[in-house]
Amino acid sequence: MLQFIFRRLLLVVPTFIGITLLTFFLIRLIPGDPIELLAGERGVDPARHAMLMAQMGLDQPILVQYMHYIADVLRGNLGTSISTREPVLHEFLTLFPATVELSLCATLFAIIIGLPAGILAAVKRGSVFDHSVMTISLTGYSMPIFWWALLLMLVFSVNLGWTPVSGRIDVTYWVDDVTGFMLIDSLLSDDKGAFISTLSHLILPSIVLGTIPLAVIARMTRSSMLEVLGEDYIRTARAKGLAPKRVIFIHALRNALIPVITVIGLQVGTLLAGAILTETIFAWPGVGKWLIEAIHRRDYPVVQGGILIVATLIILVNLLVDILYGVVNPRIRHNK
Amino acid sequence: MALLSIKNLTVTFGEGDNPFRAVDRISYTVDEGEVLGIVGESGSGKSVSSLSVMGLIDYPGKVKADELTFDGSDLLSLSANARRKITGDDIAMIFQDPMTSLNPCFTVGYQIVEALKVHGGGSKKELKARAIELLKQVGIPAPESRFDNYPHQLSGGMSQRMMIAMAIACNPRLLIADEPTTALDVTIQAQIIDLLVNLQKARGMGLILITHDLALVAEVAHRIVVMYAGQIVEMAPADQLFVTPRHPYTQALLRSLPEHSAGHARLQALPGVVPGKHDRPQGCLLNPRCPYATDRCRKEEPGLQPYPGNSARMVKCFYPLNDEGSPAV
Ligand SMILES: Nc1ncnc2c1ncn2[C@@H]1O[C@H](COP(=O)(O)OP(=O)(O)O)[C@@H](O)[C@H]1O
Ligand SMILES: [Mg+2]
Repeated sequence: MLQFIFRRLLLVVPTFIGITLLTFFLIRLIPGDPIELLAGERGVDPARHAMLMAQMGLDQPILVQYMHYIADVLRGNLGTSISTREPVLHEFLTLFPATVELSLCATLFAIIIGLPAGILAAVKRGSVFDHSVMTISLTGYSMPIFWWALLLMLVFSVNLGWTPVSGRIDVTYWVDDVTGFMLIDSLLSDDKGAFISTLSHLILPSIVLGTIPLAVIARMTRSSMLEVLGEDYIRTARAKGLAPKRVIFIHALRNALIPVITVIGLQVGTLLAGAILTETIFAWPGVGKWLIEAIHRRDYPVVQGGILIVATLIILVNLLVDILYGVVNPRIRHNK
Repeated sequence: MALLSIKNLTVTFGEGDNPFRAVDRISYTVDEGEVLGIVGESGSGKSVSSLSVMGLIDYPGKVKADELTFDGSDLLSLSANARRKITGDDIAMIFQDPMTSLNPCFTVGYQIVEALKVHGGGSKKELKARAIELLKQVGIPAPESRFDNYPHQLSGGMSQRMMIAMAIACNPRLLIADEPTTALDVTIQAQIIDLLVNLQKARGMGLILITHDLALVAEVAHRIVVMYAGQIVEMAPADQLFVTPRHPYTQALLRSLPEHSAGHARLQALPGVVPGKHDRPQGCLLNPRCPYATDRCRKEEPGLQPYPGNSARMVKCFYPLNDEGSPAV
């Protein structure tokens, strides 16, 4: 197992190099530079512009800049934001809990609905329920996030007034930052209203962000269950005289979950990508919104560093999924 | 009274006026302590017919029968719940491929204990002790440590022994073994058959031994049912069937055995395959492959009749073979 993890970690090196190359050069392909955008409409006098560029080392040949950047990264230095002068890592760490909180809630939403829907659809294959699940999940999967978000916002926030439009918590509450997770912090604050406000702020973004993972999980669960239900050992389980519930939830589900867990893990990438849009639409103060704003400001260090951290996390989660996969699947666990 | 009694059991798949008959009006009985062999090529309905005895045919498959009784009680009229009380308890079944028949996610110990638990129960310790005792009975070395093995840690032969242990866990009165050795090494096959027959004798169970290999059941079965395309074409005491097959299909099966074909230029198997859903011929289902088929065989379907002068034998042929192996005219 240790060897397996080590081998996987080794494979990460080329991935990292690829990510740094991509972010570094892609962001520089967008016209405009940080100084221009910082100055805004007023414009900046060319001499001052050149001086500031030189100060930031942005006047050097691009390959030299890249080398400097890599050297810094290797020393664990992700640089400082051009617009806020804060270290990138520090900014990331402050904003990250908000993104994690939203992503976890979205995943929870996706699992709680997607898993049972997939199981039931497989067990009742060909039924109206099955067809509905398949159709709805296909729709959910192909729904543009921003459109879906605006639709929900329009109905539930604007027309019905059930949920707040944006943010993490109502401005009338002040909650001490203990864990960075607003749900926990507001619960700790002993103010029921704060907790409820946090919860209601989470609902729509979670649904929006969780929709694609939900569709993927439901479909994957269904197809995985269908496959497993046709296996010989399911016939054996039934031949023992086990009740259908036990056959489905113990014998079939345990096997069907193996690919589903992988898929859930792979959704982390989708979630973080989705978080960028969702956070922007719902003004959710997380990493996604931060990155989008950094791109608009051509804040090179933030874009490069932020994406590098996010990519690292995705890789780590995938590694974790592989390990978890071994835990549920004895065939892998024993193949040392 | 027979332990299992089947009359005109039919299993169909598909809708409409003409659904596919995977099993077509078969009738047989199995007595307590009897070994019934069921032979026939692949696709002849052996598995489907035994699964319907277990109550494991799912929608859209339909099971119909004039009689399907176990120990006098009508299985078809039971509720699903009541039926499950018999399945795995009084009637147990093992399958063709032991490597895929055990759940890869659970230890074999867990799976055997589970079988004990559904139809009885007991404390955790008792159940484990009984499971280990079962492992001993089916000849598994070091049963205590094997108890905690996962299926992928076992060989094919060992897996089939586990399946047998699981099947006999609740002391079934009827055991159905569906091609129990087909997926195994030749060297292991005889061991598994020996084990099954020894258990059957020791426990006085009824045993239905299904195989496509006539040689396998020759020595162990009391009676043999020969199936073709979902129908029974011949039924006879084993010793008689091997000496004087009455049905052309049985004759062909016997001639295709290695020891019979030794002197022949080539294997004397029938050309062609068992008709499936779309190519069922009119008349006798064997007629396109039968060397003796006449116009009558191509138009009418013969019934399963007692062989003239021997009521212990049944044959479904207009021209049953005589002692010399030629068709009666
Ligand atoms: N679930 C099913 N749906 C449709 N046809 C089936 C099904 N199961 C079996 N059959 C058909 O029934 C026939 C008999 O199958 P089976 O009993 O498995 O044959 P055997 O065990 O003798 O090889 C075959 O033609 C097979 O294709
Ligand atoms: Mg079969």
